[in-house]
Amino acid sequence: MSKEVLKVTDLNMHYETLSGNVTAVKDVSFTVYEGESFGLVGESGCGKTSVAMSLLQLQADNAKISSGSINLDGKELVGLNESELRKIRWNSISIVFQGAMNAWNPVVKIGEQIREAIREHYPSNSKSQNTEKIESLFKIVGLDNSIMERYPHELSGGMKQRAVIALALSCDPKIVIADEPTTALDVVIQDQILKEIKKVQELLGLSLIYISHDIAVIAEMTNQMAVMYAGRIVEIGPTSEIFSNPKHAYTKLLLESTPSVVGEKKKLRSLDGEPPSLIDEVKGCSFSPRCPEPSEDCKNGTKEMGLIEVAPGHFADQCCVECG
Amino acid sequence: MKKNLIEVKNLEKYFEVSGGFFSRKKSTVKAVDNISFEIPFGESLGLVGQSGCGKTTTARALCLLDPKTGGEVSFYNNELQQMESIDNLEGEELKNFRRNIQMIFQDPYESLNPRWTIKDIILEPLNIHNIGELADREEAVVEILKTVGLTPPANYLPRYPHELSGGQRQRVSIARTLIMKPKFVVCDEPTSMLDVSIRISIMDLMLNLAKDLEVSYLYITHDLAVARYMCNRIAVMFNGKIVEIAETEELLSNPIHPYTKRLISSIPVPDPSYKRQVYDLNYDELDSIIAMDTEQKGMVDIGNQHYVATHDVKGLL
Repeated sequence: MSKEVLKVTDLNMHYETLSGNVTAVKDVSFTVYEGESFGLVGESGCGKTSVAMSLLQLQADNAKISSGSINLDGKELVGLNESELRKIRWNSISIVFQGAMNAWNPVVKIGEQIREAIREHYPSNSKSQNTEKIESLFKIVGLDNSIMERYPHELSGGMKQRAVIALALSCDPKIVIADEPTTALDVVIQDQILKEIKKVQELLGLSLIYISHDIAVIAEMTNQMAVMYAGRIVEIGPTSEIFSNPKHAYTKLLLESTPSVVGEKKKLRSLDGEPPSLIDEVKGCSFSPRCPEPSEDCKNGTKEMGLIEVAPGHFADQCCVECG
Repeated sequence: MKKNLIEVKNLEKYFEVSGGFFSRKKSTVKAVDNISFEIPFGESLGLVGQSGCGKTTTARALCLLDPKTGGEVSFYNNELQQMESIDNLEGEELKNFRRNIQMIFQDPYESLNPRWTIKDIILEPLNIHNIGELADREEAVVEILKTVGLTPPANYLPRYPHELSGGQRQRVSIARTLIMKPKFVVCDEPTSMLDVSIRISIMDLMLNLAKDLEVSYLYITHDLAVARYMCNRIAVMFNGKIVEIAETEELLSNPIHPYTKRLISSIPVPDPSYKRQVYDLNYDELDSIIAMDTEQKGMVDIGNQHYVATHDVKGLL
C-alpha cells in the first residue's frame, strides 16, 4: 500500500446564511494515497466544490468547518491560522479552479503572475532560477516559452487552462485539486488537457483530486472515486469497481443517464426532481424523494444511514443499497 | 423516400472584416462556406463541431436572423405542396414561415426576459402572431406547460425566470418555442448548460415531442454522445464546411474524414475499462487537406448515404 497523503475524517462544513445554516459537507471521509487520483462526482450543488474549498480553507467568510479533521501528510489543517495556511497552500496542496482560465489578472503578463506565486514561497530564488522553473513547467504542459511574455487576452481558452495547470504546479505541491478544469472547453481541447493532466501526474508522481459532474471524465481520469449527494458521500471505492458494480441507487442512475459514443445505443434513464434543500435537516434518506424504487424503510426515514462495506474497499450508504 | 422539410444548397455566410482603421484592405471570414444538407419531416440532423466552426451562424442564416450571402434555402410549403425558396417569401408568407421555424437557445438564463412572468413569456409569440382569442391563448399556455412537464401550471404562470432552476427555465424555452406548433426547431446546445441528471429528461422531452408533434430538429452541439442520442443523421463541421455527413450509427462506426475521427476519439467514455483510440491530428495538415477539398467542391458519396468531403477518398478509405 502506498503512503497516505491526505486523510479527511468526518468533515462537516456549513454556510451561515440569513435563512439558516446550509450544511454543504456532511460527515465526509476519504483518503488519497501518493500518486493516486481520486474523483469526486455529483450534480451541481452537491458539495463537491465545498469539499475542495474546505481542504484549502479558502471558503467564503460565512462558511464554518464545524467538526472533522483534514490531515495532510501528517499535519492537521483544521484550526490553523491564516499565516500557517499560507505556507501550506500551493506548497503542499494547490488547486485548479473551475473556470480558472478567466481568473488571470488581465493586465499582468502570464509569466509574471506565475513568478509571483513562486516568489511568495521561495523568496531566496533568483529571477533566472524562477524563469528556468517556469520554462520547465511550460514544457510539461506543452506551452511555448514565449507565452510568459503574453497577456491573458492573447491566449486561447486551452492555452490559458494549460498555464493555470503550470501555475498550480509552480511550487511543487504533493497534491493538486482539479475542480472541473475542462468544463468550459471544447471536446477536442478537453481531450488534450485531460491527457496533459494525466501525463503531469505520472511524471511528477502527484496525487490528484479530480472534481467533475461528468462521470465519463471521472472514469478516464481516476482510480478511486466518491459519489456525492446532498453533501454526503453515498458511495466510495475503486473507480472500476463502482462502474462495474454500482450499489447505491443514485450511482446507478448517474451511470445510466450518461450517453456514450461507443457500445450499443441504450435508452437512458432520467433523474427527475431536484436535490433537497440543505437548509433543513433532512430526516432519513435524502435521496428517497427522487429514487425510482425507494424501499419502505427509506421512504419512512426509519432506515439508518451510513457507509457499509459492500465489497473489499467499496463502501455504499446502507440505506440505499437495496433500492432502485 | 421521405419528404424533405428543408433543403439547404451551397449555403454561404461571409463576413467582411476591415484590416484596421487606416487600412483599406478588407478580408473575408468564411464563417459558413458552401454547405448543403436536407432534413426530412420528423427527423433531426445533428450539427457537430468545435466552437467557432460556424454551427450557430448556419442556424441563424436558416432562421433568417442574419441574411445569408449565398446559396439557397428552401422550405416545404404546405399550400403549394412543394419546396419553396425562402428568399421569395414576403408579407403573410414570410410571417407564416417564421411561425413554422423556431429556435431554442443555449443559455436559459439569458434567453428569458427577467422582468416577465412565465405566462407573459410563453404568451408573447401568440400575441405577436395574433393567434386565437385571449382566453384561448391562455388556455394554450396552460396546455403547453403540461406538455413540457411543468405541473401544475398554475404554480408556474405567475413566477419569474429567476425563481426557476436551469432545467425548468429550459422547459419554459421549449414551451415558448412549441406553442407556435412549428415544423422545424433549431436547437442551439439546449442542454449544454444543464446538469447531467436534468439533461436526459430535457432530451427525452424533446424526442417525445418530435414524435408526437412531428417536429424536425436541427440540433447543434459539440458533444457527439448527445448528438447520438438525439439525431437520425449527423453532419460534422470544421472551419465553416461540412466535412462528413451520414446516418448517426454509420458515422460513429465508420468515420472517414480525419477530423471526424479526431472528434470521436476525443469523447470520454463512461467506462473505466475502455481504452480510447488515440487519434492525433495535426491541424495544419488538416487545413491543407480541407483546402484541397474545397478546390474540388462537393461531397463524395461512399454508399449508405454517407458523404465525405475529400480530395482523395481512396487514400482515406
